[in-house]
Formats: sequence, C-alpha cells, structure tokens
Amino acid sequence: MATFRQSVEATIPALRRYARALTRDADIADDLVQDTLVRALRSEHLFHGGEVRSWLYTILTNLNRNRLRSLARRPMLSPIEDNDAPDLAGPEAGGRDIERALATLVEDQRNALLLVVLEGLSYREVAEVQGVPIGTVMSRLARARVQIKTYLDGERPALRRVK
Amino acid sequence: MTDRDSPVSEEELHAYVDGQLPADRREAVATWLAENPEQAALVAAWRAQAEGIRTRYGAVADEPVPERFNLDRLMRESAGAPANRRSWAAMAAAAAVAAFMLGGGVGWMARGASAAGPAAAAAVSGFDAFANEALEAHKLYVVEVRHPVEVPGEERAHMTAWLSKRLGYQQRIPDLSSIGLKLVGGRLLPSAAGAAAFYMYEGASGERFTIYCSKAEGPETALRFKSGDKVAAFYWADDKVAYAVSGPDDRARLEKVSKAIYDQIELPGAKKL
Repeated sequence: MATFRQSVEATIPALRRYARALTRDADIADDLVQDTLVRALRSEHLFHGGEVRSWLYTILTNLNRNRLRSLARRPMLSPIEDNDAPDLAGPEAGGRDIERALATLVEDQRNALLLVVLEGLSYREVAEVQGVPIGTVMSRLARARVQIKTYLDGERPALRRVK
Repeated sequence: MTDRDSPVSEEELHAYVDGQLPADRREAVATWLAENPEQAALVAAWRAQAEGIRTRYGAVADEPVPERFNLDRLMRESAGAPANRRSWAAMAAAAAVAAFMLGGGVGWMARGASAAGPAAAAAVSGFDAFANEALEAHKLYVVEVRHPVEVPGEERAHMTAWLSKRLGYQQRIPDLSSIGLKLVGGRLLPSAAGAAAFYMYEGASGERFTIYCSKAEGPETALRFKSGDKVAAFYWADDKVAYAVSGPDDRARLEKVSKAIYDQIELPGAKKL
C-alpha cells in the first residue's frame, strides 16, 4: 500500500505540468506546486482516504484561484496578451497559439479543459475537484472549446479578464 | 450498436473526443460523424486543440523533479513556521466532524473500506484493533489497587530507558501534573506490534488515565475516538508510533488529557522525559 507521502511524491510531475499550463509561467507554476505540497503535507490529517491525486489537483486549483483573485484586486495588471500580430512561422508558433488561446479562457473553463485533456481526469473527477455537478463541467468544457476554436480561427474576440 | 438514427448529443461528442464515451456508443457516434461532416470537423478541431495542449505542456511532466520539491526538505523548511505541526485543535475538529458525519468508528471504517480499497480497510481495522488492545489493557489494570504497574512513577528515568530499549524508539513519558494527574508508573505489554508501553496516571479523586503506545506500520492517521463500557479512548498515529489515551467515558475531560499528552509527546523540542 502506497503511503500518503509516496502518493504525493508520485503526483509532483503531473502537478507541475498542470500548473505550467494553468499559469503559463514556469516560476509561478512551481511556486504554486510548492504551496500545494506544503498545504497537503500539513493537512494530511484532513485527508480521509480516496484519491490523493484528485485532492492535490483540488488544492492547486483553489490556490491558483486565490492567486488570481488577489492579482485582480491590484491596480496594475500585467497584460495577458499584448500582441495580436500573427505568430511567426516556426515550430514554436503552434505552441504559442494554444498558449494565447488558453489565456483567453475564464479560469473555471481553463481548469476543466486542462484537467480533462492534459491530466486525463474523468468528468466525474473534475466535478469533484471543482466542486460542481458534472453538467457544469460539461458546459465549461464546451465553452472552453468554442472559445479556443474562435480564437484560433482568427476571430480573436475581445479578451476576457478573469474575475 | 449501430442505430444510424440515434441522435448524438454534444456531450457525447465531447466524451468521444476525451475517450470517456462508453464502448457501446463509440461506434454509433463514429458512424454518425461519418454522415455529418460539419460535426466531424468540429470534433477534429477539438482533437487538434487537445493535441496542441499536450504537445505544448506534456513534456513538463518528464522533466526531472527539482530538489525544491523534496518532501522531507519541504517539511523541514516549514518546521520553523508556526502551526506547521498538525495542531491538536485541527485534529480534534476533524475527529468531531468525522464522528458527526459518519457515526463514529464503524462509519469511519466503512468509508475507509469503500474509498480506498481492501488494503486501506485492512490498515484501518488493524488500527482499530490497536485501540481495542489499548482499551483492554486499560480496563484490566486501572482496577488494580496493589499492582497496577511494574515500575513506579518515581523511577521515571529508569522506566524511560528500559521501555525505550524494549520498544525500539525513544519514549517520552509526559508530565501531567499541570492538569492534576500524577504518574502512577508503567509496564511493558505484549501487542500485535510486538511490544507496547503502558503508562498510568491518577487524578485527585482516584480517576485513572492510561497511555498505550507501540510502533505502527502505516503513516500518520487522523485522531479518532472510541467509547463503550464506561471507558473511552482517543487514538492516533504519528511518525510510525501509535498512541491511545484511555480513561473514563467523559469526552471533554479525555480530550483535555489527550491534548496535554499530545503536546508533550509530539511537539519537537518539548522533551519532558
């Protein structure tokens, strides 16, 4: 039986991947992962069985939401997107496009999409992480996909700020 | 299943892309898509998005994990911070919530069994057995008038050295005089883990509390409460040692005693041997 610690340790690479895609910033992402791990180790006694992995995704998702809220309260926002010029051709171009498209999503939609396509969670697990019914997960996923498609198709709607 | 007229919902299209569609619908959706090029293009676009996201970020999980995420180190570094060690208040609150939500020990076990599989269930019931051992020892010895202990409380230093050696880890015998309890003494007992140390304390009106501790297999556990037969116990495990504090079935009083013991046994630097 894997101990709690072993389960946490085994999940670190996936948490880093999720955090990187969520924040699109390697430093912020790793800070977020570290906060998640510290939080998890400190509240191990609150963990009463179940999937350690889902629990860690939940902590990270919530910490990132708190981070964005406190950012939003500050007057100075670093622009999520400051360049609408077409991407240069090259191997990185596609990656930058998807990165910018992700940046245009509202946070709950980005969480849902990334947990499903990048982390491979089931819809039910995502519902647990987000604390909402599966139907809400489905509609977030659908809106995220519409938004990304619209962005990539070049219609580039007005960017939405995360609340 | 090849019902060609079966309507395909948008949710099913998402599930199809995400590999979460039940097998018996996959073929039907594929057939339907072959006849609906517009929807098929949408599905292809969603797939490309997912592929793009995985291509962009997938490799992060293959990077070596930086040293800053070493769990032992994270624990050490946060050791100086206040409220790092799990606090008794949080443990007690969690225990109260668990008891409230799940109806006590049995509910907890049932939940453990369903949530984490048979291995966890075995661990939980093993821990439950530990609590039973502790309560049996408590009931057996607290009624003893002449020989409740092997080593009297006055020989604390000797008892600490002896039981540390027999149990294989450093014993910390709490001083509970601040809450009106005097150390009667201790004894060595057999247990499922091999050996257990048993310490007895007595209050002004003759009420007795005992600590039963032994090495534990699993990781640390939540605080649990068990009562019955006029006696009750709080028990938990930490750093591979399991503890049970037993006494009269008065939850508030027992919790106060347990907290005093926890604070002395568990907090680093609080070595009152």
